Amino acid sequence: MSGLDPIETFRQEAQELLEQVEQGLLDLAHRPGDRDLIDAVFRGLHTLKGSGAMFGFDALAAFTHHCETAFDRVRKGEVPASPRLVACVLAAQDHMRALAEGRTVEPGVGEALLADLHAAVEGGDTPVAAAEPADAAARIWKIRFSLPADALVNGARPLPLLDELRDLGECRVRVVTDDVPPLEDLIPTECRLAWEVLLTTPHGREAIDDVFIFVIDEMTLDVEELTASQPAETIAAQDDKPASTAQAEKPAETNAAQDTRAAKTGGETVRVPAERLDEMMDRVGELVIAQSRLKQLASSSLDTALRAVAEEIERLAAEMRDTMMVVRMVPVIQLFGRFRRLIHDLQNDTGKKIDLQIEGETTELDKTVIERLADPLVHLVRNAADHGLETPEQRLAAGKPEAGLIRLSARQSGAEVLITITDDGRGVDRDRVRAKAEENGLITPGQVLTDNELLNLIFAPGFSTAATITNLSGRGVGMDVVKKTIEGLRGALDITSNPGEGSVVSLRIPLTLAIIDGLLVRVGSSRFVIPLANVEECVELSPAQDLRSTGRSLITLRDELVPFIRLREQFKTGSAPDPHQKIVVVSTGQDRVGLVVDQILGDHQTVIKPLSSFHADVGAFSGATILGDGGVALILDIPTLVQLGQRHDAQMRVAG
Amino acid sequence: MSAILTVDDSASIRAAIKIALSSEGYGVTEAANGAEGLEKASAGGFDLIVTDLNMPVMDGLTMIRELRARPAGAGVPIIFLTTESDADVKAQAKAAGATGWLTKPFEPDQLVRVVKKVLAK
Repeated sequence: MSGLDPIETFRQEAQELLEQVEQGLLDLAHRPGDRDLIDAVFRGLHTLKGSGAMFGFDALAAFTHHCETAFDRVRKGEVPASPRLVACVLAAQDHMRALAEGRTVEPGVGEALLADLHAAVEGGDTPVAAAEPADAAARIWKIRFSLPADALVNGARPLPLLDELRDLGECRVRVVTDDVPPLEDLIPTECRLAWEVLLTTPHGREAIDDVFIFVIDEMTLDVEELTASQPAETIAAQDDKPASTAQAEKPAETNAAQDTRAAKTGGETVRVPAERLDEMMDRVGELVIAQSRLKQLASSSLDTALRAVAEEIERLAAEMRDTMMVVRMVPVIQLFGRFRRLIHDLQNDTGKKIDLQIEGETTELDKTVIERLADPLVHLVRNAADHGLETPEQRLAAGKPEAGLIRLSARQSGAEVLITITDDGRGVDRDRVRAKAEENGLITPGQVLTDNELLNLIFAPGFSTAATITNLSGRGVGMDVVKKTIEGLRGALDITSNPGEGSVVSLRIPLTLAIIDGLLVRVGSSRFVIPLANVEECVELSPAQDLRSTGRSLITLRDELVPFIRLREQFKTGSAPDPHQKIVVVSTGQDRVGLVVDQILGDHQTVIKPLSSFHADVGAFSGATILGDGGVALILDIPTLVQLGQRHDAQMRVAG
Repeated sequence: MSAILTVDDSASIRAAIKIALSSEGYGVTEAANGAEGLEKASAGGFDLIVTDLNMPVMDGLTMIRELRARPAGAGVPIIFLTTESDADVKAQAKAAGATGWLTKPFEPDQLVRVVKKVLAK
């Protein structure tokens, strides 16, 4: 555990804690008086607050504090765990989750939730600032303390000391700035402040000394009890500078807060409108295009100084591109987070028992990609719950645990993120798929299909396997829309399924939509870009092999047959093949296809420009890019080409 | 070098404590709750215990009380971690035999200073 970055550990832990709290709250709705549940919820909130504050999640800690305080009162029996209170804290879960993930939250959301919370907790006094009631036997102490000059450097902080004093009773704090030198002599790391505190508390001297227990050796501390007959106001007025206490308090806090902030810069965030990020991404795209022009000019120049600058700019542009992408990345938990609630609702709707497992929620993806993935994923999860999982009775009869399992996992692999939705349900019924596809005219009766092709019919337009369309998955949207959306993200989708064991739908999604690393190739006189993420390897196609494979176009790669497509023929370039053609082996998930090109020109940072709507139905290309010399190269749409190659091969197989 | 036991149900806090203290050369052992902490501490060999109070299975207060009643735990300094909200808990923990406390959130430096100071005594 400790090998990990504590902040990362905390993020995961926060998820677990929130889950635990949510579960506790849901259970509490059924068993309102259960002490163990109340304790568990309180403990979860408490740990969330404490650990959150440790790692700079100040907003989370502050917000959670209020929920914790409410449950502390429940724990002490002061207020009941009313359904309203439970609902309030449940509603606050998403907010806390957002804060724990460092997501930006709408202003006012937190305040509204807290207002609800206060209203839900009975009694007039706000549970938030539950100030200790002034005791009749309160004594007034005048405390003056200063820390050594190097205290801040050594990690001592005055603010917690003041906080602890405030815990003892009402405090009036005045900062003493007498020892602060003039600006030119000021050493910013040195602490030259002292504090004077008027504390009204029922506690004795010992409690005050306890506050300073760990700093007492280095500091100066004077504690004196004022006679109770002297009202506090008089004493405040006796101070040499009778500044209002509220104002005087500020410098002390700012100073200490600076210390805190300096140590926690990592936790600070800036909210930026999404459009501004998109604009910046466009600028970076243009910069990358200009840079590749510069690179081309420089490479044909003899001026070494120019070449050095061009290289420098190339490096900077690449770094800038990467930084820009990281800025746009958000963890997939934003996506996965909503599924806990969805599964909860699905259980109610279907009467099935469902366990949800989530893995790899810290994997990051481009913001736009995440947004566009939401609907397809909801659809896939609903589909798994509705069609994949059996009823508890069917499961028990099949010798499976009563509760079905749906697992969502995400992990990065190269420039792609692999998202899988796994269920342990009944699996896809091949016969029904075939029957349905024949009925809908998607395939001819008796058509020879590989198992994979048969399964992928599910994603064909107008296909639905549900005998009766339920209100869950049948929302008028078919799996074909899911597939289209995924391919629109330049991603690929694949399904595997074992009867009786369940299904796995895997999505491969590129990290970003705007710029990719590409492999620039030449076919005839045109240039094309192949997304590097899809490229597995490049091999040479010797003239002998070329001649031999005129019928079925297959090469043997490490004992595996891989079909290939001659792009020259596919795009009807009408040119003669180069003597040394190359095969670029590309893949989408499980299928591989070789693309025969005339020449491999090298790698190319590709800024993707979408094709115009006129060309939207051109299947083989997913976009275009501008090259360094001002020319245009089309970007090959790999999923389409792989499909084409596989289908071509299947036809040859049938024919041959 | 001194051996320190950190007892906390929060893995992130344990990680932070372990990083702070092991970078100072201390040997750090982790326990995820009071019961685990009690078991490890009862075996002896620790020079200092840093413990959370609010934990599942066995809370920190109970652990401190139990530990103080056992030969292996009677003399070990115990620092507990607390948040400003549990003011009255501090008195209870002190009464149970804790040496002192550290208020969350704290900086790693603070922890190291406190640990050094307590071990020096």
